[in-house]
Amino acid sequence: MGEKREGRSRDEAERREGGLHVLGAIWGGFATTLKHLFRRPITQQYPEVRRSLPERARGRIILTRDPKGDERCVACELCSAVCPVSCISMQAAQREDGRRYALWFRINFARCIFCGLCEEACPTLAIQLTPDFEMIKADPLDLLYEKEDLLVDHCGKNTYYDYQEHCGTGEKGMRPGELPPVDPKTNLP
Amino acid sequence: MELLTYLALMGLKSIAVLGFLLFAASYLVLGERKLLARFQVRYGPNRAGPWGLLQPIADMIKLLAKEDIVPQGADRKLFLLAPALVATTALLSFGAVPWGPELVLGGRKIEGAVADVQVGLLYIFAMSSLSVYGIALGGWASNSKYSLLGAVRGAAQMISYEISLGLSLAPIVMLSGSFSLREIVEAQEKVPFGLIQPVSLFLFLTSALAEIKRIPFDLPEAENELVAGYHTEYSGMRFGLFFLGEYVNIIVLGGVVANMFLGGWKGPLLPPLLWFVIKVLAVAFFLIWVRATLPRLRYDQLMHLGWKLLLPLSVLNVILTGAVLAAWPKS
Repeated sequence: MGEKREGRSRDEAERREGGLHVLGAIWGGFATTLKHLFRRPITQQYPEVRRSLPERARGRIILTRDPKGDERCVACELCSAVCPVSCISMQAAQREDGRRYALWFRINFARCIFCGLCEEACPTLAIQLTPDFEMIKADPLDLLYEKEDLLVDHCGKNTYYDYQEHCGTGEKGMRPGELPPVDPKTNLP
Repeated sequence: MELLTYLALMGLKSIAVLGFLLFAASYLVLGERKLLARFQVRYGPNRAGPWGLLQPIADMIKLLAKEDIVPQGADRKLFLLAPALVATTALLSFGAVPWGPELVLGGRKIEGAVADVQVGLLYIFAMSSLSVYGIALGGWASNSKYSLLGAVRGAAQMISYEISLGLSLAPIVMLSGSFSLREIVEAQEKVPFGLIQPVSLFLFLTSALAEIKRIPFDLPEAENELVAGYHTEYSGMRFGLFFLGEYVNIIVLGGVVANMFLGGWKGPLLPPLLWFVIKVLAVAFFLIWVRATLPRLRYDQLMHLGWKLLLPLSVLNVILTGAVLAAWPKS
């Protein structure tokens, strides 16, 4: 019963659709397309006209420095862990003052999908994406960017954040103002 | 000697028309892409040569250089034959389309058509019916479900629309009293038939759009349902032949509409050939405009339109024209 009524109403809807006013709608369509024929094309002719992309556009990845000029990256591997295509790899090392850094840092841009997850994951704001997207190479091996290709001489999008200022550089338990480690057995219910 | 000159003339004319047709078809592709782009507020191809004028040549080189794949499990002979069938029937049907008046050169009459067939209209219909085989066989021989679906749709659609296609032109034949396109054009000395028979023009254009599988009736190749329909499995120049057939068909349709409804090569001031070309291009422009405007019909809508609207209308049109002609014979 219910099915039947539904079927009938759909038939009616189709009959109404097929009425004469369809012709009016079609005519409106033709008028609209004709109007567009005389409009200026809005295409930007790419190689000649290069529009500047927004600051947060996701392109080539860089490694930035903190305001003092030191490398921000502490080789925590978070970017490498979050990368969905596993295109980031690095080797951690420690300086004499206890500060961690990446001995080598490599991004395979032939794999990178420019999702920006590494930038989100980075606790020190070291790894950042830039609006530059013109990095075509004839050989995929040339898309393997090493640390010296990635490291830049500026702070990137954030000019004041300094991770080391907050956390210090020493080993665990030696940082200024750090509380002693909590024994997890003591806060069980 | 007489026969030799005749044959030489015939050959020259055929070559000229064939060359013009292929040239026009390839540049019609460019024109369509350009116009379609402007309809969509884009530029269209503009990289190959000035204003993209070398684009057809680039496309042709690309198509010729591509690998010619015959899919595994395909019916090889039919697969190879089908695109040729489509292109040949399209090219052949233009043979009966006159493009200019008779020319008298050195006491010899030269007709403004490759062949001034007495039943030219029937010949063109026959050719367009034959091109269904190209579609159906191509889809069948590909051994792919998408191709087969496209072919089945194509066959069903072309067979249903052929009826109203033929009937829509019957009033014109009744008015002019001839099947020869030349005589039909001559009969439009005073008024083009498009003004006397606007309903017939509408019916013919609609069914012809379905016959040559243009949007909004491009169900056989509906790319968002059937990949590319009947020519899914074709590549290289064999795909190119399907493509060529489609665009030659547009020119043929333009020629037929120009001859049947717009007064053929007749027109003030300009030379006859130029008038003919202008009218063909006007029809082609209209087809591109339709493509830019209308969405594709659903399959049941297509069949409804064909059988429930176009066919009764065209029969009615034939009856009314007959009645008027019977009441006021040959005024």
